[in-house]
Amino acid sequence: MTSPHGTAHTEEYQPVFVGKTMEELQDVLQRYPNKQAALLPTLWIAQREHGWISDRIMAEVAEVLGLTPAYVKGVVTFYTMYHQHPVGKNFVQVCTTSPCNICGAEGVVRALLEQTGAGEAGATSPDGKWTIIEVECLGACGFATPVLINDDFIENVTPAKVADLVRKYR
Amino acid sequence: MGFPHKSHPKETVVLSQYFGDAEARTLKGWTKRGGYEALTQALAMDPARVTDIVKESGLRGRGGAGFPTGLKWSFMPKEKKKPHYLCVNADESEPGTFKDREIMRWTPHALLEGTVIAAHAIRAEIAYIYIRGEFTEPWTIMERALAEATGAGLFGNIKIYLHRGAGAYICGEETALMNSIEGKRGNPRIKPPFPAAAGLFGMPTTINNVETLAAVPHILKRGAAWYKGMCLSNPKSTGTKLFSVCGHVQRPGNYEVTMGFPLKDLLYDMCGGPPAGRTLKACIPGGSSVPILTREETEACLLDYEGVVEKGSMLGSGGVIVFDDSADMVYQIMRLARFYAHESCAQCTQCREGTAWTTKILERILAGQGKPKDLDLLLDLSENMTGKTICVLSDSCAAPVISGIKKFRSEFEAYLAGNRQPVMVG
Repeated sequence: MTSPHGTAHTEEYQPVFVGKTMEELQDVLQRYPNKQAALLPTLWIAQREHGWISDRIMAEVAEVLGLTPAYVKGVVTFYTMYHQHPVGKNFVQVCTTSPCNICGAEGVVRALLEQTGAGEAGATSPDGKWTIIEVECLGACGFATPVLINDDFIENVTPAKVADLVRKYR
Repeated sequence: MGFPHKSHPKETVVLSQYFGDAEARTLKGWTKRGGYEALTQALAMDPARVTDIVKESGLRGRGGAGFPTGLKWSFMPKEKKKPHYLCVNADESEPGTFKDREIMRWTPHALLEGTVIAAHAIRAEIAYIYIRGEFTEPWTIMERALAEATGAGLFGNIKIYLHRGAGAYICGEETALMNSIEGKRGNPRIKPPFPAAAGLFGMPTTINNVETLAAVPHILKRGAAWYKGMCLSNPKSTGTKLFSVCGHVQRPGNYEVTMGFPLKDLLYDMCGGPPAGRTLKACIPGGSSVPILTREETEACLLDYEGVVEKGSMLGSGGVIVFDDSADMVYQIMRLARFYAHESCAQCTQCREGTAWTTKILERILAGQGKPKDLDLLLDLSENMTGKTICVLSDSCAAPVISGIKKFRSEFEAYLAGNRQPVMVG
């Protein structure tokens, strides 16, 4: 992680695609017959480096791939996993689709919101550490409730297990 | 096997034999278990012969549509004038389905082997494995396995790349997936042209599901007749299938059975039935996009493509969602409608508006503010959402609504009549 999460709009812009990151992009470009096809992986790299996808990042991505910023924004807004605003240090996705719902997912969401101080779904806790969101099917319905904390996929979460999770990631 | 539980004696374990066996994830471990023998065999064969063997086996697409795999491969141009592509659909997002995740987590080399065999059969030099963005662990495991196998030079001229999705159920639709690889919004395309004529980057393309491809090495190694012989009911449904069972059962998990296996035995013998003191109320047998079955239909249903249709639903992806008598069907159908409203790509009016309106009406019924004509309105809406759009997402939202109102009407009427405590939905 080269830059902190939640960089404000006003800070001086540091391009993402320089040095090693630019080399990584070149490697990605080899996999596709045109530059546009590298858009999703390029956005993933940008998000990993910057924490979220700002308008300025979209403009840089557009430039390196020979696209327009408007086109890039159209793609970014289609997919739910690209953050269009800063999120907490721990970005927590809780599955609440029907199969998890009947196994108690709503209780898991409630426990997370209370114990992290995030308060409400989508908001970030005052200490900047937690953003909790409800998501549709995470594809692990037999392990209800699955919770994705950043890149860690955690199965069989119950409200009783939330306290340990919060302690671990705090 | 009934991962994460022990294998059940009634299972037919082929794809899931090494679930839970971490050593099978490594190239060395996989080779020790007979892995990549089928690949060597296939690469020495004429591509058309490989396709014929898969055709003879009766293997059908395990992603949901059940289209014969060998036949699909045979649609690819015989004379190669343009680049050919293979897409592997690992965008497993159908509520109730979690089998491809286990295949990738435990037997990544099985998928890679099947992918290269398929690429050889359709004369493709590049295969993209499209893995949904949330599958962080399967991604890491696949990445490691791919590096190992590529490093060992096992794939000849065929290149495999992993492509990460970014959160969009619709990208599991084949043409949406291709658009997504091309760096576009994941909107499904109008067909024709079909992918075999103009697919990824406008080139001839085949797209297969993870479970389908994982079965291919076994077919090559043990023969089409062996695979075809695994059939308990209709001869058009052959082989084994992974069923992901979730919801109100005592032992949820992935179970592998021969096609034609009784759903009742899967739910009661293997999964232990509903929790103690509860009874089964309803079941969605093929992922959330298929019609809901009542208890009676469920207990009489045979698990193959034809058997489930006979009971009024579809085999789909094999994601089995179980509801016991504690489930509020109106609320659960609203959750499913909300899923589709959230996931609609918004290209077609019937889907964009229909999924949102369906959710709103269901929420209003739950809140005790339903109107007497709301059920007719929902059915009318659902009818206009069926068979009228570019892809079937809209139909998938309508299926649980139509079947739900038909089979559990009294639950809806209880809300409408004010005989049930309103539910506030956030």
